[in-house]
Amino acid sequence: MLHCWQNIFKMISTVEKKLIISNPDELFFGLAPKPVKCQRGFEIGNGVVYPEINFTLPQIIINESTWKEVKSIYTEIIGEVCKRAIELKTPALVVEFELLPPMTMNPEWGAEITKILSENLDVFYKKSGLKSALRVTPVDIRDTNRPPLMRSGELTVNMFRSFELCAQAGADMLSIESTGGKEVHDDALVNADLSGIIFSLGILAVKDMQYLWERVVDISKNHNVIPAGDTGCAFANTAMILADKGMIPKTLAAVIRVATVVRSLQAYLAGAIGPSKDCAYEGPYIKAITGIPISMEGKTSACAHLSYLGNIASAAADLWSNESVQNVKLLSAYAPVVSLEQLIYDCRLMNLALKNGNEFTLKYRNLMVESDAGLDPQAYILKPEIIISLSQKIIQEDSPYKMTLCAVDETLKLLRDASDKKEIKLNEMELRWLDILSMQFDEIPGDEINLIKKMKNGIYADKFLPAEYDI
Amino acid sequence: MNLIEVIKENVIRGHTDSNAKYPPDLAGKPGVKDLVQNAIDEMIPASQILNESLIAGMEIVGSKFSAGEYFVPDMLLSAQAMKSGMQIIEPLLKSEDSKKIGTVVIGTVKGDMHDIGKNLVRMMLEGGGFEVIDLGINTPPEKFIEAAKKYPDAIIGMSALLTTTMENMRISIEALRANGLNNKVIIGGAAASQKFADEIHADGFTRDAAQSVQLVKRLIGLAA
Repeated sequence: MLHCWQNIFKMISTVEKKLIISNPDELFFGLAPKPVKCQRGFEIGNGVVYPEINFTLPQIIINESTWKEVKSIYTEIIGEVCKRAIELKTPALVVEFELLPPMTMNPEWGAEITKILSENLDVFYKKSGLKSALRVTPVDIRDTNRPPLMRSGELTVNMFRSFELCAQAGADMLSIESTGGKEVHDDALVNADLSGIIFSLGILAVKDMQYLWERVVDISKNHNVIPAGDTGCAFANTAMILADKGMIPKTLAAVIRVATVVRSLQAYLAGAIGPSKDCAYEGPYIKAITGIPISMEGKTSACAHLSYLGNIASAAADLWSNESVQNVKLLSAYAPVVSLEQLIYDCRLMNLALKNGNEFTLKYRNLMVESDAGLDPQAYILKPEIIISLSQKIIQEDSPYKMTLCAVDETLKLLRDASDKKEIKLNEMELRWLDILSMQFDEIPGDEINLIKKMKNGIYADKFLPAEYDI
Repeated sequence: MNLIEVIKENVIRGHTDSNAKYPPDLAGKPGVKDLVQNAIDEMIPASQILNESLIAGMEIVGSKFSAGEYFVPDMLLSAQAMKSGMQIIEPLLKSEDSKKIGTVVIGTVKGDMHDIGKNLVRMMLEGGGFEVIDLGINTPPEKFIEAAKKYPDAIIGMSALLTTTMENMRISIEALRANGLNNKVIIGGAAASQKFADEIHADGFTRDAAQSVQLVKRLIGLAA
């Protein structure tokens, strides 16, 4: 069976200056201009929101001696999850298997679990008609050593081999939470250093995404699987978690989120077709720019991490995810089954709204948006009209670096303006840092070459290897 | 306010020197580096500057962070300011025979690549006057053993974010003990808890970077 990427062939080679979704009222859940067809009988982004369940192991060391137990845990989880999905009559189910580091370092292990999950999904499809798709996400293990080798070495070889073997073993979609630039971003983030953040996201991450996704798309084509997409998780979700713990300003986390749009976009320019990764809260921007369907997570991912985006995150979701949950026993059932049930009920409501027409859908979407948007800057930047407005400005720029600069500049101005208009409430500490960040921005070179030169000789010089990014 | 207090205040505000632009209201004014030089010129002992200005300032910074009044970048600006003062007094401290108050070896355990929390702990401990040996990420038990042999009086700090790597803290502690190494061990990271620390016979657990200084001081008998 052919996947739709073969029909699309080449979705976008460069960023068009026009958004695919340019009207905020057309940016809502369940419907994407470029839906993605899956093997087991359904299409993502074609008028229905589907649950995407993700799960992980409980406290256990993964090695030769525990491997049999690890396999039996995954077998048990997928069986229980499919059983509950059928009982609750979900129209379809997406399962994400995020490999753990040892499963990517030993690619055969990740492939073995992929095969278990895929075979179980096949059995439930044939036996009970459960429509499903399996997203497999190898770990970006290149980040294991610092400074990381991004294009060479055993870790890189194993990561790409992991994609290959998982694709062969039954994955329907391939994704990754890639980390190019993280080695600089981690330090820049805790220092709230915008020049380091922009260098990391607008130059290093962009170049790595281009390199990485060209190869993931090729592997996907060779194995007839969907090159789904990436996420700015290593950057913006790290920022979100640190902001949640009061470690960095929330305004900075919001700025970083919008800045990640440009690096995440590179996957789709390289040929990925979605659905984007659940933890990519920049997804709605990607949907507006490219028209691809997106996976999102919000209140249902509180099992994995806390956030201030619980409702608003679902406003444009085509898949609704729980991020990840450990397989531990709760009062009712094992946690993945509990998570799935919560996802399915959320999807039911969204799908009922869709069934009732545009007016109903927008009312429901707006409730989700308005319930969060004024309470946190990270939620505010996910308002549909802001997504469209910022995306429109970003895509007018000619290079990923300039697009990243634009994303940062416009978000800083937007947050200042929103605070002045009392659309969001920022405390004194946040406002102080908003001032500092704006001052920093004014000193960042407008030219990529000058920033690279500065960084090669600056405080991050020992953190990254320029040759690994071809700079 | 005397000079010692002014230096302390500049550490708290994170103002390094007169060239520093942050915090904006202090731009162009003397910072820690300039003021420490003034203090030396006034024959104030380096150890007094260290204890009453730099370390005392960083202690207040740690308290402000714990109280939610400072972000980490605020703390890092302060740490940077402190460091600029340290660079001036360090040669003098050596001649005054002043020593670091202790050594801490830290590392993220095997299989775990997360190091933001560990790096913050390093920064806080250095700010608290400790020598810190950072073993980095993905640290196998053998590296902890090697460091424990080299620094027999050091506290060992282990960090893990993942539930699938936290067991490596237990394995690393067991490896230390099996090699006859009795260094005190503290643990931290999202996956860790006091309960888990007790279970794996760690000597302490720290919830965040700011608390790590007090914990280490308590373990070496410098705090109650």
